[in-house]
Amino acid sequence: MVPLSYYLVLSGILFACGVTGFLIKRNIITIFMSIELMLNGVNLSFVAFAAHWHALAGQIFVFFVMVVAAAEAAVGLAIIIAVYRTRETLNVDRVNLLKL
Amino acid sequence: MISVHLILFLMFGAIALAGAINLLAQTHPINSALSLIAVMAALAGEYLLLGAEFVAAVQVIVYAGAVMVLFVFVIMLLNAGVEEHTQGSRVAILFGVPGTLLGSILIGWVVLRHSGTEAVAAGALPGAPTTIGPMLFHEFLLPFEITSILILIAIMGAVVLASKPPTAPPAALRKVN
Repeated sequence: MVPLSYYLVLSGILFACGVTGFLIKRNIITIFMSIELMLNGVNLSFVAFAAHWHALAGQIFVFFVMVVAAAEAAVGLAIIIAVYRTRETLNVDRVNLLKL
Repeated sequence: MISVHLILFLMFGAIALAGAINLLAQTHPINSALSLIAVMAALAGEYLLLGAEFVAAVQVIVYAGAVMVLFVFVIMLLNAGVEEHTQGSRVAILFGVPGTLLGSILIGWVVLRHSGTEAVAAGALPGAPTTIGPMLFHEFLLPFEITSILILIAIMGAVVLASKPPTAPPAALRKVN
């Protein structure tokens, strides 16, 4: 038996790691992976709350979050490829102009 | 009392945490991607402990499988190297670190103090595909269909964005400036 708060604390720490990575990382791909980490932290809270309140809808929401995350990964990585093609760098500090 | 459930929770939680911290510590994106795969696999174990069998399976297949393969593929395609360090903002460190500490202590205190202390039992909720499926195709039919349109748009968007521009190549663009 594990208290609900343990799951929430783990989920919060994972989300905080994602936020930290988003802020301190310079590689655009790693920043993108940090976003995925945040989504995973949120998913854990969804499943923990679903088990706690006996509401199956929480697991359905996780399913939708995963679908949106997959779509986001496909479009985001395509954008990264397009950025790399024009700038020839993955460092976000060097991507500071809207127009070349 | 220490139960098997708690031991498994702590084990998977430690793996997830170590992976998340390793993601931040590594400078090469491929190492970060591999630690993210470890986080996702450990989270699938946590979902199994919570009785969400379907979500655990989808987590492994879609997240640890498809999405992360896409990430690794792009890292190798772009030949991403070790990330270079640039000078960060001093104001961000001056205000960000104490602010983050304060915020996390506050949130942790509220969660530990005010959330329910009743335990979540393993397999308390049937999360098998046989119970998820009917719910997905009855109560959540409209969101499900809308997601299919979203995925279609994402596919088209990815193809359009990643395809080479037919007109001027980037080298010619740079010469104009």
